[in-house]
Amino acid sequence: MSEGLPRPPAPAMDAGASNGRLRRAPENFLTAEQIALVGKGRRDFLRSTFLAAAAGVAGAAALGRPAAAAEGDDAILKPQPWATSLGQPVAANPYGVPSKYERALARRQSPGLTQVAAASVSFAPLQGMFGIITPSGLHFERHHQGWYDIDPAKHRFMVNGARPEFVKTPKVYTLDDIMRLPPVSRMHFIECGANTGMEWGNVAVPTVQYSHGMLSCSEFTGVPLRTLLEDCGADLKAAKYVLAEGGDGSAMTRTIPIELVLSGEVMVAYGQNGEMLRPENGYPLRLVVPGVQGVSWVKWLRRVEVGDKPYATKDEAVHYIDLMPDGQHRQYTSIQECKSVITSPSGGQMLLDKGYFNVSGLAWSGRGKISRVDVSFDGGVNWVEATLQTPILSKCLTRFNVPWNWDGRPAVLQSRAMDETGFVQPSYGQLRAVRGTRSIYHNNAIQSWKVADSGEISNVQIL
Amino acid sequence: MSRFSKAAALAGLLCLGTVAAVAAESFPGVGRPATPAEVKAWDIDVGPDFAGLPKGSGSVDRGQTVWESKCESCHGTFAESNSVFTPLVGGTTAEDMKTGHTANLRRTDFPQRTTFMKVATVSTLYDYIRRAMPWNAPKTLSDDDVYAVLAYLLNLAEIVPSDFTLSDANIAEVQAMMPNRNGMTTAHALWPGPGFGTEANKPDTGNTPCMSNCKPKAEQVSILPDYAWNAHGNLAGQNRAVGPVRGMKTGPDEAEAEAGSPALALAEKSGCLACHALNAKLVGPSYREVAARYAGKDSATALVGKLKDGSEGVWGDIPMPAQTELADGDARVLVDWILAGAPEK
Ligand code: HEC
Ligand code: HEC
Repeated sequence: MSEGLPRPPAPAMDAGASNGRLRRAPENFLTAEQIALVGKGRRDFLRSTFLAAAAGVAGAAALGRPAAAAEGDDAILKPQPWATSLGQPVAANPYGVPSKYERALARRQSPGLTQVAAASVSFAPLQGMFGIITPSGLHFERHHQGWYDIDPAKHRFMVNGARPEFVKTPKVYTLDDIMRLPPVSRMHFIECGANTGMEWGNVAVPTVQYSHGMLSCSEFTGVPLRTLLEDCGADLKAAKYVLAEGGDGSAMTRTIPIELVLSGEVMVAYGQNGEMLRPENGYPLRLVVPGVQGVSWVKWLRRVEVGDKPYATKDEAVHYIDLMPDGQHRQYTSIQECKSVITSPSGGQMLLDKGYFNVSGLAWSGRGKISRVDVSFDGGVNWVEATLQTPILSKCLTRFNVPWNWDGRPAVLQSRAMDETGFVQPSYGQLRAVRGTRSIYHNNAIQSWKVADSGEISNVQIL
Repeated sequence: MSRFSKAAALAGLLCLGTVAAVAAESFPGVGRPATPAEVKAWDIDVGPDFAGLPKGSGSVDRGQTVWESKCESCHGTFAESNSVFTPLVGGTTAEDMKTGHTANLRRTDFPQRTTFMKVATVSTLYDYIRRAMPWNAPKTLSDDDVYAVLAYLLNLAEIVPSDFTLSDANIAEVQAMMPNRNGMTTAHALWPGPGFGTEANKPDTGNTPCMSNCKPKAEQVSILPDYAWNAHGNLAGQNRAVGPVRGMKTGPDEAEAEAGSPALALAEKSGCLACHALNAKLVGPSYREVAARYAGKDSATALVGKLKDGSEGVWGDIPMPAQTELADGDARVLVDWILAGAPEK
């Protein structure tokens, strides 16, 4: 508790806390046949069964009797194999992998979102992540033409000019060259412009993984693009835009604002969280464009061209354009505006008991640092200020926490972030009043999670 | 002032010749000049002002030939298919060509947003087809064939007549007819800089940090539809089994549901599922159909051969390209699995 969260008053009911166990998860109340019915899609059935079971347990727990044997907890009283035998040797896993008990937290596709998996998305499991850094293996994926594991010895990076006068000496760099240059390491979030895009019109997906999981945050290491452009003698006064281009089949191209290049923020990166980029994230070289939507962070980066006109590439002239109610598309919408979401507890989860919970989430802004996050438990009528966890960095995820005593009654949880420019995250009503419901991109509305009296949490929208 | 000139000025000030020598070439030995041929090979972008457009031409007729052999399998005969991607053509009118606005974009009841309904710049299509299509063999079309296939698409979209030949000389005239050419705006605050003259724009949305009694009540306008609960698998298996919460049980256990067949995973990895589904015809026949056709026959070796050499005319007009990246052993595994009815587990 680095920021000293206030200790909440004692929970109204301590359900069996003395045996170190909370109320069992709902699946344990069901028989195999009942589970089979659920498997056939009968959720209505599940819900009513669970309500009955929950009522029974609440009764038992109210008596305050531990369920374990009188002498105590078997987990303590009985010797466990891991305490009474020899464990595995070093380097049994030369490249370590998560515990086998952690398999639930994985990247997943949203069924029906796209027709083919090589032009698709996998979402990061935000519901189970801590702090602000995304483990590289859980970083969300968005590919337009599949991914490759490119041999770094055969990868080249080129700088040229749209016209000869923009770049004095067009140059080619190998990875050997780029990794010789003075590096910088910075932590930044990356969010797909279409994150939460399925929810513009109405609630569509059950969990935060699918509603907000095109979001990740890493420490990136590389060379400021400005350094490389200067090294080639680029005319940074005449330049207004640069084009970044990928080396994969899609040869993804995006127009990048020269202002961000000049500021030194845009980086040609090879490192991610202390190791090389993962192939799915652009190994061996990608562009990092802090605060700007993920599509501009061109992966497998092979070329940057310096020019004075925007390029209207496919992914800025047919996609990643925001349809407004009047039928016009906004083009070159790039900044990811201030946004936040509660990740725990969140949609598709259930609270195991009444009493104390730490409500936790993520906030971010493409315009700078997060200055404040407020949380509501009644759907936005009243708010309390959350505690921001350090570090609080520019264009980086910020973790927030707030204590909550759940009294067993229905609640609607929301978070509302503010950034250092004073911009406050809008509600769905405020967003739709201006941008309608068909934009697809840049949905940064306040997310609502409804807690039912059963403890089940579902995705709802509040104006 | 660039870093070079700053350093040079500093050097001049301090009269340190050695510093100037270092600053003149700040990273000696790093990188090398690109050759003209290298720049030509990679500098393939074409801008809205047609900068970078290669000389050349292609007719609608020639374009139809290219389309039928290289594009139709995924995008449909009339570029109307949505089996692999959203339709390219449709939803625009002759009136739109006059106004430069796709009228259907104003309708909330219009089902699709096709490529031609949205795209304002014809350069975008030339640039993109040349760099990225066909999807499974990008950068294999000649410049003239890109002109031709684009001419064919423009004809399907009823922008040019069927005897049209598109070229670098007349593409600007086509630009003047694009149905949604006036459909883009940069009047927003989401571009970080003065590039579009929009730096004065203020964010168009926002909120106030009200803390109490901010509204009479929370008005719930949408909830997750019942079918969507089950559509994403068992949420219990997507959450940790320890901690303050559990995932809700919304389907069978992951272990049961997701212990998929290794051959299925191999088919996915080998790119087969871009064109084949287990149960439905996609570009190629469904694997269940293939199994049914060869049931009881000794066809495995012949089919392994087809994967190596490609297949044509057995299931229709669309050929299957040779699966050259596939190892021999893997081809056998896949064929045996397909003939066994392509089980998911
Ligand atoms: C194997 C399937 C396949 C083939 C063959 C194919 N395409 Fe595509 N095409 C796709 C997919 C998938 C996309 C979307 C890629 C993405 O998500 O970036 C696409 C996108 C496009 C687009 C952009 C549409 C948009 O709205 O973004 C155009 C134009 C296009 N294809 C034209 C062609 C042409 C011309 C050919 C033949 C030379 C061709 N395609 C062959 C699968 C295919
Ligand atoms: C670009 C699209 C495409 C891809 C990728 C593709 N196929 Fe096919 N496949 C087809 C088409 C089209 C046919 C029908 C060809 C015909 O009519 O002869 C076909 C036919 C087949 C057949 C039946 C052949 C016959 O003679 O009856 C098998 C088996 C098959 N494919 C397996 C595979 C496997 C395994 C892979 C992956 C390694 C694969 N395909 C990848 C398009 C594709």
